Amino acid sequence: MRIGVSLLVAAATILGVAGTASAQQTLQQVRDRGSLNCQVGLPTPGFYALAANGTWSGMDVDMCRGVAAAIFNDPSKVQYQSVTSAVRFTSLANGESDMLSRTTTWTAVRDGQLGLEFAGVNFYDGQGFVVPRASNITSARELDGATICVLTGTTTELNLADYFRANNMRFTAVTNENVNVLVETYLGGGCDAYTNDKSGLAARRSAFPTPNDHMILPETISKEPLGPVVRHGDNNWGDIVRWVLFGMIEAEEMGVTSANVTEMLRSPNPGIKRLLGVEGNVGQGMGLPNDFMVRVLRHVGNYGEIYERNVGANTPIGIPRERSLNALWTNGGILYAMPFR
Amino acid sequence: MSQITAPPTTVLRRPVTAPMRLGAFVNDATVRSVFYQAVTFVCVVGLIWYLVSNTITNMAQRGMSAGFDFLDVSAGFNIAFTLIPYREGDSYLRVFQVGIANTLLVAVIGVIFASILGLVVGLARLSTNWLIRTLARWYIEILRNTPLLLQIIAWYFGVFNLLPLPRASIDLGGIMYLNNRGAYFPSPVPEDGFGLVLLALLAAVVGAVLLHIWARRRLRDTGRAFPSGLAGAALIILLPLLVFQASGAPLAWDWPVLRGFNFRGGFSVPPAFCALIVALSIYTSCFIAEIVRAGIQSVGHGQTEAARALGVKPSRTMRFIILPQAMRVIIPPLISQYLNLTKNSSLAIAIGFPDLVSVWMNTSLNQSGRAIPIVAMTMGFYCAVSLGVSFVLNLYNRRILLRER
Repeated sequence: MRIGVSLLVAAATILGVAGTASAQQTLQQVRDRGSLNCQVGLPTPGFYALAANGTWSGMDVDMCRGVAAAIFNDPSKVQYQSVTSAVRFTSLANGESDMLSRTTTWTAVRDGQLGLEFAGVNFYDGQGFVVPRASNITSARELDGATICVLTGTTTELNLADYFRANNMRFTAVTNENVNVLVETYLGGGCDAYTNDKSGLAARRSAFPTPNDHMILPETISKEPLGPVVRHGDNNWGDIVRWVLFGMIEAEEMGVTSANVTEMLRSPNPGIKRLLGVEGNVGQGMGLPNDFMVRVLRHVGNYGEIYERNVGANTPIGIPRERSLNALWTNGGILYAMPFR
Repeated sequence: MSQITAPPTTVLRRPVTAPMRLGAFVNDATVRSVFYQAVTFVCVVGLIWYLVSNTITNMAQRGMSAGFDFLDVSAGFNIAFTLIPYREGDSYLRVFQVGIANTLLVAVIGVIFASILGLVVGLARLSTNWLIRTLARWYIEILRNTPLLLQIIAWYFGVFNLLPLPRASIDLGGIMYLNNRGAYFPSPVPEDGFGLVLLALLAAVVGAVLLHIWARRRLRDTGRAFPSGLAGAALIILLPLLVFQASGAPLAWDWPVLRGFNFRGGFSVPPAFCALIVALSIYTSCFIAEIVRAGIQSVGHGQTEAARALGVKPSRTMRFIILPQAMRVIIPPLISQYLNLTKNSSLAIAIGFPDLVSVWMNTSLNQSGRAIPIVAMTMGFYCAVSLGVSFVLNLYNRRILLRER
């Protein structure tokens, strides 16, 4: 009897292990499944927000929708996987997610050692601090000796330590893996400041009971290029995610929007013709139809539309785009898509 | 006659060296057991080999680094509370050690508080006073029937996070301060000559142990008792104190002082630590209380009556007659409660206390991305601690077991 049980356990374990798929042919797996497994984080306004009726929206969610639209011509064919930042890379590496789109910073160690491939940057961010106005703090340099709330397992945690070391200041960290617990601690006075990427701070602040009682300090202490991530080993899949992102940026530069994409199909501009697949064969090499960007633009829109809809000046989050890094390179920013040809 | 009957007997007596049939192997219990054990062994070894090689192949295929080479790399993050010195530039190996030290600190303090509280509540549960008995019962029933994680979070958010801000700290006699950033104590700073005091303390402890052994031997040989406990305690307290005064009080205190955002100097523990210790001790004390009660009730009431009839004092009845017998019932479940407390301390992650799971299996795992070595090391530590504690307590249990003669 005992032997029977152990053999059964052994067999089950072997089958379970053998079940992990190989890294190749993600596109084929997604097509067979009929939906894209896109990993986002715990709901955060502006980037991956969850509405009361269960629908997701946000900058990073639109990245998932764009890829789904390119493959299926239907942006709703996405299974959203909301996991804590602690398990994000494991979940991607073992094949549970096809891609990850969740304000993840591109770093050398992540790129080189974790078996990840960063497909591009969809938001240039930097780390800052939010403090209560009542504290009369106006600069991060005044935070010597402060208690600071920070998410664990993030680049934020490392930048924080670096900044204080570099400026010869001391701090006490209050850490947690759950952003909601941290915000609750900060609002309850459990720490003097809360640190995160500035976009994240703006998003969180918009959801505070009294947003105007808190201010984001002017200092930006790090570079946080955020973007979608795929697994190592399937270069074609990485190409698809990368060129959907580039296509959204290129479309804004060319003035193609979700509203005028049908008319633009008749545009004489050769650049637009290639972007929309009227000329050339950009999609073919990636296993997509040549007009995949028409699908993306029709259903999701170009980068500018996505930005304004989710985090722009007219949203509660209100991160101004003019003169920021996230403006197009033609407008003084650093958003620059590689050529579609 | 004898010649006729002889051949059948030789036929019946089969020679021992004759070849065995296959059926004999199958029917032989020893052979069968060896065979099955060999099969199981091969299966288990094969399974482990398969899992390890499969993992290594898969990780290599995905370009993920395995191995322990990351242990020398500097970790670069801050840890809010460290028992042993740590700076941001220290290695991941140091982070592992910091996590172990913090976890063991929580476990040791938690076990001490839980035992004391459990003993008191367990005795209160047996009290003849209705109010005490009922209070103890409700304490146990409410606290052990709600999830520990909720209790930890409730203590953190409901109590320690609601304490006043640093500027309005609760002042406990000008010695200790309490605010929502933690508890602050003065820390002793030994000066030249403090080594002598420590030597005196060591000598006093050795003396007290020797005194105790001598007193027991005298009690056994002559029947005359000597208060060795009291005398030993006096020795341990008075001798170092005397040396301390004689050597000119070589100890300074580092007082916590409110400066800038918070207190500086002295020794401090974060609110998460307080919440964790309180929640773990209280929760585990409920189980220990029930174990103590069951142990005492397992000793027949006739023993107490017999002791009373012989004129033994109630305190001595408890110490020499009831408790030694109750301990046999108490020790085995108590071991598992201590182990539970140690393992439950990993829930610290919910409120951000930097224990082993929090700094190692969460933060370090995330920063380095080496999931497999890190999880293996964490499991190895908890396994080693649990086996170690249960080994020591099992030795003690064997010593006090009923010796049937």
